[in-house]
Amino acid sequence: MFAIKEIEKVGAYTQLMYRVFAKPDKWSMFFRQYKEELKKQGIDSLAIVVIISIFIGAVITIQMIKNMENPLLPSTLIGLATRDILLLEFSSAILCLILAGKVGSNIASEIGTMRITEQIDALDIMGVNSSNFLILPKIIAFVTIMPFLVLTSMFVGIIGGYGVAIFTDMITVKSYEAGIQFAFTPYYITYSIIKSVIFAYIITSVSSFYGYTVKGGALEVGKASTDAVVNSSVLILLFDIMLTKLLL
Amino acid sequence: MIEVKHAIKSFDGNTVLKDVSTIFETGKTNLIIGQSGSGKTVLMKSVVGIHRIDSGEILYDGRNITSMKRKELNALRREIGMLFQGSALFDSMSVLENVKFPLDMFTEMTEEEKIERAKFCLQRVELSHALDLSPAEISGGMQKRAAIARAIVLNPKYLFCDEPNSGLDPKTSLLIDQLIQDITHEFNITTIVNTHDMNSVMEIGENIVFISKGEKAWQGTKDEIFDTGCEPLEDFIFASNLYKEIKKAHKFFQDKESSTKQK
Ligand SMILES: Nc1ncnc2c1ncn2[C@@H]1O[C@H](COP(=O)(O)OP(=O)(O)OP(=O)(O)O)[C@@H](O)[C@H]1O
Ligand SMILES: [Mg+2]
Repeated sequence: MFAIKEIEKVGAYTQLMYRVFAKPDKWSMFFRQYKEELKKQGIDSLAIVVIISIFIGAVITIQMIKNMENPLLPSTLIGLATRDILLLEFSSAILCLILAGKVGSNIASEIGTMRITEQIDALDIMGVNSSNFLILPKIIAFVTIMPFLVLTSMFVGIIGGYGVAIFTDMITVKSYEAGIQFAFTPYYITYSIIKSVIFAYIITSVSSFYGYTVKGGALEVGKASTDAVVNSSVLILLFDIMLTKLLL
Repeated sequence: MIEVKHAIKSFDGNTVLKDVSTIFETGKTNLIIGQSGSGKTVLMKSVVGIHRIDSGEILYDGRNITSMKRKELNALRREIGMLFQGSALFDSMSVLENVKFPLDMFTEMTEEEKIERAKFCLQRVELSHALDLSPAEISGGMQKRAAIARAIVLNPKYLFCDEPNSGLDPKTSLLIDQLIQDITHEFNITTIVNTHDMNSVMEIGENIVFISKGEKAWQGTKDEIFDTGCEPLEDFIFASNLYKEIKKAHKFFQDKESSTKQK
C-alpha cells in the first residue's frame, strides 16, 4: 500500500511538472511574479545565509585548529580544510538543507493556503494555467538566485575563519591566508554550484507539489508544509550522494 | 443559455449527480437550491468544468465543454466569471489589483485603461473607497462585492455564484442578491446562483432548479414555488416556522379568492 501511494505521488508530481513547464500565458505577468519571487526567496534569504556561514566558517576553523595540534602537521592545513569543507559541502548541501526549511515551508504553506481558500480554483476558472502561473516563477527564481547565495556563503564563511585568525592567537593571519590559497581547485566551486542548482529545483518543485495538492483545511496546510521540508531534505541528501559520485 | 444533459458524476463509487438535465437561461438569475449535501456545489463545479462529469453533456450556447481540450476550455473560461463561497480574493494583492488581475492577464489594455475599468467595476459594487485595502482588511460582505467586481471585469457572458449570501446578515444578503440580479439584467448574462437561502429564492428566483439527493426534483419560478406538490421541495421550503406561517396565509388567501370567484 505504502509503495503504491509513493509511486502515485511520483506520477502526480510528474504530471504537475508537465503543466508547470509550459509557456506562460503572459510573459509580462511571469516577469512580475519572477521579480517578486527573487526578492522573497533570494534577497530575504541573504541575511540567514550570511549569519550562518560566518559562524560556521569560524567554528570550522577553531575545530580544525584543535584537531591539528600535532606539530608535525603544517598549519596551512587549517585554512585548507576550512576552505574545502565550505566549498565542497557546507555552502551547497548543508546550506540547501537549511534553506529547504525556510523557503520550502514558505512555498508549501503559501500555495496550500491558496488551494484551500479556492484561490487556485479562481485562477483556473479565469482560464489561467494556475500551476504554471504560481510555480514556474518560484522555481526559476530560486534556481537563478541559488549560485549567488552559494558564492556568498563561501566567501562569508572564509571571512568567518579570518575572524578567528585576526581576533584570537590560535592561528596567525599569515598561515590562514596561505592555507586558504593552498592547493586550490576551482572545479570545487563549479561542482558546488551544479549541486545547489539541482537542490534549488528540488526544494521549490517538491514544496510546490505538496502545497498545490493540499486537500482539506488549515491543519492539512501545516502538514503539507512539514512534508515539503522533510521530503525535500531527504531528496537533497540522496542527490548529494549521487551527484558527488558523478561529479567528483 | 447553458444546457445540462443527463449529467452523471460520482466520487469513488458514490454517485452525487444522478442524471441531471436542465436549462439555465440567458439574461436571468437561475437558482440552484437544495439541502446541504444535495449536490449543488458539485453540479456548479461540473458545469464550469472543475469536475469532469462521468457521462452527459454540458453545452454553453451549443458549445460542448465535456469534449473540449484544455486550450479551448481556457478560451471559453474567459467568458466565465465566478464568485466562490469564500470569495477567493488573492490575499497578496490589494482590492484594486485583484479586480485588475484578469485584465492584466488577458487584455492588451494600457495601465490607465485597466485601472479605469477596474475602478468602474468597483464603483458598480460600491467599493470605491476600499481600492488600496487588502482583502484581509475588509469585511466579509465587502469581500463578496470585490469578488463580484473581479468576476464581471472582463464582461462575462456567464456568471456563477456559489452561495453568495453565506455568512452575511439578511440586509447585506439582500443587497448582494439585488446586485447580482441587476448586473445580470444590465449585461444580459447567464447567471447561476447556488443557494439554500429562501429569502434569495423569493427575491431573485427567475428560474429555480431544485436538487434533491443528486436529482433534479423540480424546476420553475418563484411564483410557482408555493404549490408544487413536490414533497421534498415542500420539506425544504417549509422547514422553518416562518415559512409554515406564510404557507398558511398563502392558502388562506387562495381559498378566499377561489370562494369569491365561485360566488
Ligand atoms: N471532491 C469530492 N470528493 C468526494 N466527494 C465529494 C466531493 N465533493 C463533494 N462530494 C460529495 O458530494 C455530495 C454533495 O456535495 P456538495 O458539496 O455538492 O453539496 P452542496 O449541495 O453544495 O451542500 P452545501 O449546501 O452544504 O454546500 C456530498 O455528499 C459530498 O460528500
Ligand atoms: Mg455547496
